[in-house]
Amino acid sequence: MSSLDAVLAVPLYWMAVGLSGLASAASRGRHARLFFPLGALGGVVLAVAAYVAISASPQSVILPLGLPDLPFHVRLDALSAFFLLLLGVVSTGVSVYCGGYFGSAGGGEIRLLCLQYHVFLASMALVLLADDAYLFMVAWETMALASYFLVVTDDEVESVRRAGLLYLIVAHVGAIAILLCFGTLQLGQWNYTFDAMRSNTLSVGWASVAFLLALFGFGAKAGFVPVHIWLPEAHPAAPSPVSGLMSGVMLKTAIYGLLRVSFDLLHIQLWWWGVVALSVGLITAVFGVLFAAVQTDMKRLLAYSSIENIGIVLAGSGLTILFHTYDMDVLAALALAATLFHCLNHALFKTLLFLVTGSVMHATSHRSLGKLGGLIRRMPWVAAAGLIGTLAIAGLPPLNGFASEWMLFQVFLLSPSLPNSYLSMLVPVATAALALAVAVAGYVIVKFYGVVFLGMPREESAQGHDAGSWERAGLLWLAIWCILLGLLPVFVVSAMDPIARAFVGATLNDSMQESSWLFLTAFRPERASYSALLFLLGIVLTVLVSYLLVRRFYHGRVRRSAPWDCGYGRLDARMQDSAEGFGQPIKQIFEPLFKLERSQPSPFDARPVYRSKIEDRIWYWAYAPVIKAADHLSALVGVLHHGRVHLYLIYSFATLLALLLLIQ
Amino acid sequence: MNPEFFASQLFQTLLAVLLAPVMLGWVNQCRAWLQNKTGPGVLQPYRVILKLFRKDAVLAHNASWLFRFAPYAVFGCMVLAVSIVPILATDLPFSPAADVIALVGLFALARVFMALAAMDVGTAFGSLGARREMFVASLAEPALLMVFFTPALISQSTALTTIVETLAHRELTIYPSLAFAAVAFVMLLLAENARIPVDNPATHLELTMIHEAMILEYSARHLALLEWAHALKLMTYASIGIALFLPWGIASAGQWAMMPLSILALLLKLLLGSAALAVLEAVSAKMRIFRVPEFLGMAFLLAVLGMLTRLLLGSAG
Repeated sequence: MSSLDAVLAVPLYWMAVGLSGLASAASRGRHARLFFPLGALGGVVLAVAAYVAISASPQSVILPLGLPDLPFHVRLDALSAFFLLLLGVVSTGVSVYCGGYFGSAGGGEIRLLCLQYHVFLASMALVLLADDAYLFMVAWETMALASYFLVVTDDEVESVRRAGLLYLIVAHVGAIAILLCFGTLQLGQWNYTFDAMRSNTLSVGWASVAFLLALFGFGAKAGFVPVHIWLPEAHPAAPSPVSGLMSGVMLKTAIYGLLRVSFDLLHIQLWWWGVVALSVGLITAVFGVLFAAVQTDMKRLLAYSSIENIGIVLAGSGLTILFHTYDMDVLAALALAATLFHCLNHALFKTLLFLVTGSVMHATSHRSLGKLGGLIRRMPWVAAAGLIGTLAIAGLPPLNGFASEWMLFQVFLLSPSLPNSYLSMLVPVATAALALAVAVAGYVIVKFYGVVFLGMPREESAQGHDAGSWERAGLLWLAIWCILLGLLPVFVVSAMDPIARAFVGATLNDSMQESSWLFLTAFRPERASYSALLFLLGIVLTVLVSYLLVRRFYHGRVRRSAPWDCGYGRLDARMQDSAEGFGQPIKQIFEPLFKLERSQPSPFDARPVYRSKIEDRIWYWAYAPVIKAADHLSALVGVLHHGRVHLYLIYSFATLLALLLLIQ
Repeated sequence: MNPEFFASQLFQTLLAVLLAPVMLGWVNQCRAWLQNKTGPGVLQPYRVILKLFRKDAVLAHNASWLFRFAPYAVFGCMVLAVSIVPILATDLPFSPAADVIALVGLFALARVFMALAAMDVGTAFGSLGARREMFVASLAEPALLMVFFTPALISQSTALTTIVETLAHRELTIYPSLAFAAVAFVMLLLAENARIPVDNPATHLELTMIHEAMILEYSARHLALLEWAHALKLMTYASIGIALFLPWGIASAGQWAMMPLSILALLLKLLLGSAALAVLEAVSAKMRIFRVPEFLGMAFLLAVLGMLTRLLLGSAG
């Protein structure tokens, strides 16, 4: 059995699991514990088969499905295999977690949920496998619809329905752009296979149109500014494992699409595409992280943080295009590897953090940061997994988030100056923006972890129990991958070599040849090297030695007492910093960026109420006018509607007469 | 790798770890002199640390494992940081494990542990300190990266040992890009080490404190480790500054005969540098917390300018 057969079997298997889940009559808990872990098995198989396929040569097959003259073309090459690997690894953890989560929480009919969930997984796999525009669009739309139904699981809540609608609209506007992009690529030959598109030679103008359409269309799914608007609405609305999958994997399918179009289907690239992608990416990254800093809902915070990370990934892709157009393929390969590595890392730690919020909501039924606190004492397992996710997403060594950011910085830094001096000046500015985004991400995540898990519970009701064993297993799976990829980044990077060779025509061996399993290097070890294992060893050794020395020469005596309260004597949970308070400095220095509404009570108010609302200016600049215009238009059309049958009959009669006159 | 390398590494690390408190003591002594005070003597930090180690630790009722673990983690990070920086010689077997980017990451790791530990008990001061620290750091960290990138561009390397070897063997000319970076670095040193004008290490006034607010709940051995780590951080920053901007006198790989000379050079540079730091602190005033972004923004822009200068002027920059 070839790896393509194995990979193709997985979506089929997922569909089968979903359908039998729909037919099953088991009780809720048993249903979840049976079918979701079964889905996880598919994830494991997919991950293994995809890992094998990365280094194999591309395989393709034509499936006898679809419309009569339009069979489905399927192809598995290194890039698809890499993203399938990502899907397999992440979905395994999420599915195991769902076995516990959906068994006891997360409303909705479990049978339907099970079907939608597995269709969602299968459609993502098909998006990555498709080799013609037809199958791609079918899978893409199935993915959008399945995720839409998952988002509106709690459809009795008004805000959830609104979020779902917004998501659906943005997804479809994006889908239209993708469809137009494929239409441009087929160059009037009416052959929609990717093979035909690869052989087409587009003029510079049409190629640019196709690239910009792809950037917009896939950007609407990935969440580039300004089409990021649905992310912070839809992610909090969905059940947490679904938010995890959407953020961790679905956004990456959009990145996959963009890479597929710009590096595979388009035969040329222009330098300014790289500049556009780099700029949009960095703006998205900084924008996302600053908005994340002022959020008070933990899932919205993570959603904005996803926008930030997707921005970093887009910036990396832009850099790859830029280097590739100037024939600096060695650097392009390094940039591509950094980009893909960051995709994988983000998928792991962001999904982990979303699952953590799921466990927290499950235990406390609160999502607002203003009510949580002190959960490290009640939920030690979840807190430990959350700490790993936190350190990883903050880009701290020796975890995985740092490894990919390190590579990206190396690409920025070690580039010889680009031929164009304006572009050379872009490098420091871009590096600065990336550095700012990475640093503020640390701020954001300290706020997230500190407010949720540390301190005292801000509300009595928000004191949960620890997660069940299925949930723990799912969390552990993702946390372990975060650690492993952080400690052994060289294995991941060297596994990406076939992708670099196929897509930018340079092998990573030229830039990473002296990497041993222990040291990640860029070009030469004297130039730059980093070893997470030695790094961890150094810290662990020092911690152990200092601990033992303190114990040996002094003592370990501990006395418990009340915390220092300045002699006030009535320290309570409300005196802690709130999420609003923690974000306040960012709110103050970047104030022009936010649309801020606040009302402050007078000092003499006996029952003071403080309100502050932060909104996205882009919504008011770009979206509100469109919505208003649409409302206005439909009101105009509404003039014709009276609800009386005879009026409508007159309309039909008049239309008929007019048509008869015209035809004559 | 040969054992000599490890001896050199161990010697440098131990020297830095043991020397760090006396450097802090010297800065404080100079400050005291400048304020017309007698001063506690340069050995005072050792006495404080030893006293703290002997005491019983007092923990809040609800302090979690994170609170007790954080001082060790912070201390470990700082020891690792000081072992990466070439202080005396550039043959450090440990330095390939981390370059300047990883060094910035290491400082960030220590800072995150510290901020999380400060929020653990749930007092107003702890979270206030954590918030301010992360806020200052979120502006200082990118600036620090940019400062490091200028010498990295000059030497085409982000490894500190390579940077120092390149910079130490060049002609004695002033690189404009390095001048920008050096000014920015001094500003960042003040901000990151909780010195005036960003923070005042000598006060416990709630309106102004940042670092002290975070460690308010700590006592005894935990506090001793944190104080030591704090001294080590200052020492590391000073050593980085010396290595990047005054690298003369640092022994190249394998030159054992140079060692006494480089120890002498290091001591002299630290002595003068710390005195300069004390003067800088004595003549400036603590600024309001919301003036800090302007201060750090300036450091950030200077660092970016340094990098731009280098890119535009080429090898002359």
